[in-house]
Amino acid sequence: MTYLAKPKLHHPSLKPNKVGFTRRDYEGRISTLCAGCGHDSISAAIIQACWELDIEPHRVAKMSGIGCSSKTPDYFLGQSHGFNTVHGRMPSVLTGAYLANSELLYLGVSGDGDSASIGIGQFVHSMRRGVNMVYIVENNGVYGLTKGQFSATADAGSKSKKGVVNTDSPIDLVSLALQLGASYVGRSFSGDKAQLVPLIMGAIRHRGAAFIDVISPCVAFNNHAGSTKSYDYVREHNDSVNFLDVIEGKAPIEVEQPADGSLIEVAQHDGSILRLRKTDPDYDPRDRIGAMNFIARHHAKGEVVTGLLYVDPDAVDFHQHLGSVGTPLNKLGTAELCPGPTALDKLNASLR
Amino acid sequence: MQSTDIRQPDYFHKVVDCQWACPAHTPVPEYIRLIAAGRHADAYMVNWKSNVFPGVLGRTCDRPCEPACRRGRVEETAGHPPEPVAICRLKRVAADNKGDVSALMPPPPKSKNGKRIACVGAGPASLTVARDLAALGYDVVVFDGEAKAGGFIRTQIPRFRLPESVIDEEVGHIMNLGVDFRSGQRIDSMRELLTQGYDAIFVGCGAPRGRDLDIPGRHEAAKHIHIGIDWLASVSFGHIHSVGRRVIVLGGGNTAMDCCRSARRMGGESVTVVVRSGFDEMKASPWEKEDAQHEGIPIRNYLVPVAFIHIEGQLCAMQFQKVRPEIDANGRRQLLPTGEPDVEIDCDEVLIAVGQENAFPWIERECGIEFDRWGLPKLDPKTHQSTVKNVYFGGDAAFGPKNIIWAVAHGHEAAVSIDKMLHGEDIQDRPLPATVMISQKMGIHEWSYGNDITDAARNKVPWAPPSLTLNNIKVEVELGFDQNLAIKEAARCLNCDVQTVFTLNKCIECDACVDICPMDCISFVANGEESDLRQRLTAPALNLTQDLYVADGLKTGRAMVKDEDLCLHCGLCAERCPTGAWDMQKFLLEMTHAGPGCRSGAGLTVKVAA
Repeated sequence: MTYLAKPKLHHPSLKPNKVGFTRRDYEGRISTLCAGCGHDSISAAIIQACWELDIEPHRVAKMSGIGCSSKTPDYFLGQSHGFNTVHGRMPSVLTGAYLANSELLYLGVSGDGDSASIGIGQFVHSMRRGVNMVYIVENNGVYGLTKGQFSATADAGSKSKKGVVNTDSPIDLVSLALQLGASYVGRSFSGDKAQLVPLIMGAIRHRGAAFIDVISPCVAFNNHAGSTKSYDYVREHNDSVNFLDVIEGKAPIEVEQPADGSLIEVAQHDGSILRLRKTDPDYDPRDRIGAMNFIARHHAKGEVVTGLLYVDPDAVDFHQHLGSVGTPLNKLGTAELCPGPTALDKLNASLR
Repeated sequence: MQSTDIRQPDYFHKVVDCQWACPAHTPVPEYIRLIAAGRHADAYMVNWKSNVFPGVLGRTCDRPCEPACRRGRVEETAGHPPEPVAICRLKRVAADNKGDVSALMPPPPKSKNGKRIACVGAGPASLTVARDLAALGYDVVVFDGEAKAGGFIRTQIPRFRLPESVIDEEVGHIMNLGVDFRSGQRIDSMRELLTQGYDAIFVGCGAPRGRDLDIPGRHEAAKHIHIGIDWLASVSFGHIHSVGRRVIVLGGGNTAMDCCRSARRMGGESVTVVVRSGFDEMKASPWEKEDAQHEGIPIRNYLVPVAFIHIEGQLCAMQFQKVRPEIDANGRRQLLPTGEPDVEIDCDEVLIAVGQENAFPWIERECGIEFDRWGLPKLDPKTHQSTVKNVYFGGDAAFGPKNIIWAVAHGHEAAVSIDKMLHGEDIQDRPLPATVMISQKMGIHEWSYGNDITDAARNKVPWAPPSLTLNNIKVEVELGFDQNLAIKEAARCLNCDVQTVFTLNKCIECDACVDICPMDCISFVANGEESDLRQRLTAPALNLTQDLYVADGLKTGRAMVKDEDLCLHCGLCAERCPTGAWDMQKFLLEMTHAGPGCRSGAGLTVKVAA
């Protein structure tokens, strides 16, 4: 934990983006997490992604639950809206907020305890409903705040710092999200910002439930030999299936398509293009069932599959499912909210 | 790039920009911390050891440290450009508040070593040699034509900048070591001096001749035209008490600034400085120009003196040609006449401060001391040895006019040469400075230095009211920082001597340091050539004068690369490092001075690359 505020001084090459903010303007308060926590790197990646996409901070709502990971929204986007909810209940609060105001960017930040244990029911339903959000799980496989017990995502056979071997089966949040209908699913590693930042950018530009599982080593309780969530283990077993570039703008840069199909471009509904360079020729991120099989096969071999694992550019989000009004409730006037007896009669008649 | 060898004393020394820029390599951040802690006597002694004249330099130094100060590169202030820490004036705070330091001074040696050293001139270079050698048991004799020691410090610097009591005190510290000062004995024959059996002779006689201006009227109106440095000396000694009503000072150096400000105090109602070059090209330090302008003295640029206008020897004006700068085909700046009519400026008296020349009429050419075509002695730039092996030169006498701090640095080097030579050693074989690295970690988040970076702007030194200072040449203009202001100013120091030290095999590449660094100094990247690497870092490393700290061979095959240029030394990288791979370590550099430490058998004797 650091006591000092980060000095305001910055490198002269720091440039403002289109909305006039430098990267430093997207920072929050100084982190109180343990030194070296992977979560801080994820915060830095979120800051970078928001800066690159010219996000206006006041158009973002940061939602979180309880836990080390859920503390992190304090450490980025200091000028955005935020809500620390009850443990595991972030998805419901986020869903409610989204229904009330669909114009904000919803950034759900949670951990493996918050999402895979106490809040798994909430997690499941927000995914299957297709809430338009970026849902990031900072996954370290342990309960850091209570001194390092295994969490529900700890791999069977993983050894705790005290030497205890985990015998329970792990929950793989990525596979779960794929099965539940999330329309943008990725996995990354806090120690690899080159991969993580574009994944977050793609998720921000995605309409629908975007889920990113970020393996984030707990330096205090889960970064030893025998752990499957340590810096060393993840680096050794990282099986990255593709590299992502998020290209914005009307006229994307043309590149030559290699004949072997190793380059895929996916246009999202907002016009941004996800350009994927395959590192695994067999992997097609547009095939949900293929992705689930691939991940299961590789997980059985002890590999950690990372990259953009699945994307459905034609996804439909929750408001469209419900046919509810897309205009934020705070922008609806009396006329829309109380359309009068004629409208009521019409509604009543339709239900008779 | 090769991994950086941080054991080389120069590597971290360069990071301490102020100390690296200082000719005497005074450990600036170290004494600034002592001042902040109220330990003025200790701060004074750190200075005294290194630069011999802290009280004098705290008022008059040319402060090469300040333009080098990192704060001047990183500060963001509303409205005005970033400014360095007021290092020089903090030094004065230590001198002003030190109290009685006599007990801290080295005692005169109990026994002499039987070697005799002659120093010619009693300026800062000679006095530094005297201090370094007298304390070791040498018999040092200092000759000077004046009654009191100090040289240009005493004769050239006006009292309103440097009170005589400060000179007396600091010269006194040296004399108390048992130095034999022969006042009023100007050496006028080197040949004779060489016959007197001294084991070594040090020439620190300065650059005592002011350059003249040979234009029409110079001879006829000579009574009203003076050479600046001679005039300043006469003022200093009280031989001159007044000046004409309208005064022109010719020249753009610090001597010109001293002349105009002195003239202003001696009855010069209208004092004008006239300079051939532009304002920015003037040799005077920016603050000295400011001080002169602050006292209502106009500086007129691009005017070349043509003639002194007089009526039968009575000076009445000066004529100048208007010029403009132009860059010629060779890229050199030239001053070309504008073709406009000449300018006349009325005056009653003129002070010529257009430069100084070295003159050694007293060194007979048959002595064997060779001179170059500029009239300067041929010297080894490192050892200061002349072509006669036991004669050394330093200060302005060595390489032409510089300033006090250079004279001190020369004195130290010459003293090392003399000490080694008289111990029968190779004077080229000089030990590198000794360095000590000490971790500043006190607790999990505590460091033994203040790492909270203040946004405060540079503090101004308070001045005595002009009604007092402009009427009396002996009233010091600057009052100096009081202790409160000193603490505020000291807090602006970034503690660049507290180094970020990286231990490769402890690093787990978690990126915590990269994420926290406010200046984006740290990168973990694939290694490469320096020019390529500088572009690929978290933020580009554009200042080529500042090194990259490279540690290659991390587990992922990458290298840690840190750009030293803009590091605030805030220690956040070390605070956020989970494994202690980053540590904040204070770098103390001990310059090699005369004494057992400079001789072989002193332990680490490393040959300095030529």
